[in-house]
Amino acid sequence: MEDGKGFWHSKLNEVQKRMPSSENEDIERWRKQTLEPWEKSTNCEPVEHVNSSSIEIKELYTESDLPHGQKELLGYPGEYPFTRGVYPNMYRGKPWTMRMFSGFGTPEDTNARLKYLISHGETGLSIAFDMPTLYAYDCDNKRSDGEIGKCGVNVSSLKDMEVIFDGIDLSKVTTSMTINAPAAVLTAMYFAIAKKQGLSLASIGGTVQADILKEYIAQKEWIYPPEAHIRIIRDMMVYCTENVPKWNYISISGYHIREAGSSAVQELAFTLADGFYYVEMGKAAGLDVDKFAPRLSFFFNSSINFFEEIAKMRAARRIWATALKEKYGARSKRAMMLRFHTQTSGYTLTWQQPHINIIRTAFEGLAAVLGGTQSLHTNSYDEAMALPSEEAVKVALRTQQIIAEETGVTDTVDPLAGSYYVEWLTNKIEEEAYRYFDKIESMGGILEAVKNGYIQREIASTSYRRQKRIEEGREVMVGANKYVEAEEKPISILRIPREAQEIQIKRLRDVKATRDRDRVEGALGRLRKAMENPDENVMPYLIEAVEAYATLEEISNVGREVYGGWKEPIII
Amino acid sequence: MAAGKNQSSYKQRPPKILLAKPGIDGHDRGVLVLARAFRDAGMEVLYAGLLPTPEEVIDTAVNEDVDVIAMSLLNGAHLTVFKRVADLMKERGIDDIALVGGGTIPEEDKPALEAMGITGNYGPGTPLSIIIEHVQRRSAEARKKKMEQD
Repeated sequence: MEDGKGFWHSKLNEVQKRMPSSENEDIERWRKQTLEPWEKSTNCEPVEHVNSSSIEIKELYTESDLPHGQKELLGYPGEYPFTRGVYPNMYRGKPWTMRMFSGFGTPEDTNARLKYLISHGETGLSIAFDMPTLYAYDCDNKRSDGEIGKCGVNVSSLKDMEVIFDGIDLSKVTTSMTINAPAAVLTAMYFAIAKKQGLSLASIGGTVQADILKEYIAQKEWIYPPEAHIRIIRDMMVYCTENVPKWNYISISGYHIREAGSSAVQELAFTLADGFYYVEMGKAAGLDVDKFAPRLSFFFNSSINFFEEIAKMRAARRIWATALKEKYGARSKRAMMLRFHTQTSGYTLTWQQPHINIIRTAFEGLAAVLGGTQSLHTNSYDEAMALPSEEAVKVALRTQQIIAEETGVTDTVDPLAGSYYVEWLTNKIEEEAYRYFDKIESMGGILEAVKNGYIQREIASTSYRRQKRIEEGREVMVGANKYVEAEEKPISILRIPREAQEIQIKRLRDVKATRDRDRVEGALGRLRKAMENPDENVMPYLIEAVEAYATLEEISNVGREVYGGWKEPIII
Repeated sequence: MAAGKNQSSYKQRPPKILLAKPGIDGHDRGVLVLARAFRDAGMEVLYAGLLPTPEEVIDTAVNEDVDVIAMSLLNGAHLTVFKRVADLMKERGIDDIALVGGGTIPEEDKPALEAMGITGNYGPGTPLSIIIEHVQRRSAEARKKKMEQD
């Protein structure tokens, strides 16, 4: 490594060197002879063209904006460095998985919604949990009052999960669970359900988010200090690599980083930096990178600046493949492939004139498909107000079906490749991401950069800058700061009745009354010993505890006692 | 009123705001933007951090002698959690701190919140200038009450 600095510093130099520095004479001629006279004669006012990452966009891109090695940077679909997609035939072989994030109210409500979506053509399940579940408080905790089932489905014990998946054959679907701090507990519950259905753990597939770094960065749902969560996730990683080979145990997520206010470049850089951390964690745990890296998947946001999003996704694949090969010594193609889920941006949707959100979501979903996503959630038009109504979620699913089956964008692989603008922007975003990796490396790594609040402050600054631009009208949100209507017509939104809380509390009371108390105590005692011993793997003990119907909060309280809590650094 | 304070210091000091998310809710984008916006508008801003209980929010507000508690929730629990803050204020006889709210609050919930004395209740897309103006007005009202009680 040059200058005694690390891998990322030398990669940054390499990437910077390849970006062309000057334009060719043809362009200068065109600008003088054709563009400038035209702008003069049409009284064209200079307008700022800048994307979310503060990258200035020129009026025209040509081959002179691309480096000499552009062909090698692209490669072919299904081949290193995977810029053009991870599969050779992409959507010609199989469309992306249409996976709608669902969960609200009681487990019964959610079970019915999942079956509704399956009956309308959904191809994968995705569960949203409510706030108490995400923070591992049971429904009967005083803090949970008023929050049960509001942001997702409530789960306090295995009994709730049994109801959510009632009548759904886990050998026929894959399930994604958006849960992080208590991810290992919910995963243990899912495995317990599979066992109850008579399935071997080796045969089931799915994803648990379990990306705890981005919780400290953006979503802010943690229970313990970072090191404690990281240790539990490591245990899940080791356990699943051995026992549940089709389980994706970390979905490294940029979605929340973006929703918290970051730019596209920041989303990309911080997410991949988190990903590198997990690779290093797996290697440190003694796992073979070619064996575990294929189980790491990603989750990106598709926001409203169309080409910026597409370029971000293409750059993501290339950076990941390069790092896995050059830094982490991966040899298998599968380990270098960045596979990802996408959700369209909730932040870009307006409270005002909610039906126009359908249009925004369609563009964002299209960008995700042109960016090569493996699965997609399209937001519903009522996203800014509440969890989606049945009508709204159907429109969102239909939007995907139109992209897949009517527009023809799936007819050929990576149709935008070779576009001067898209390739230049992909290269530029890649360079900007390397700049962050270099900076993070110089700060002692991503965990340090998160613990000292650097990453969070970077995001908060970008978020405030954007808000001020909206305030000044320099950035447009149709219906909110331009084309505003004086009267807003209300739409019907989903409301979670108070009874959901009562039903959940009653179910939990029944569970506690009928379970074997000694079995629960025994399981929790063994779990505590495992948590206190970093050389023990906690996963088998978590499975034992959930099967004994120990509750989510009881299990997490063992960790609270062993590890303590966490206060975030000052961000503002 | 605590010793060492006087009316002139109340008059001179800028509006003092406590931003708080008193429920189980990690959506802090809005509250962090408002913290900077209020500060840029010349207010003194405190942020209660994540997951404070309603009791903790009120304790901080009283100890720091703030003019306004600005509450934000995007988890749909405003009718329960904002209400608990308002109820606790009443129980403790605190009437010189104004309560304002914001977040994903459906139109139909606003009258109930107003009746509890929680005003504003702004949703996504509200211009910062409108929120700032409202908080300044409520702060001035609370300040007037504080001076009357001296």
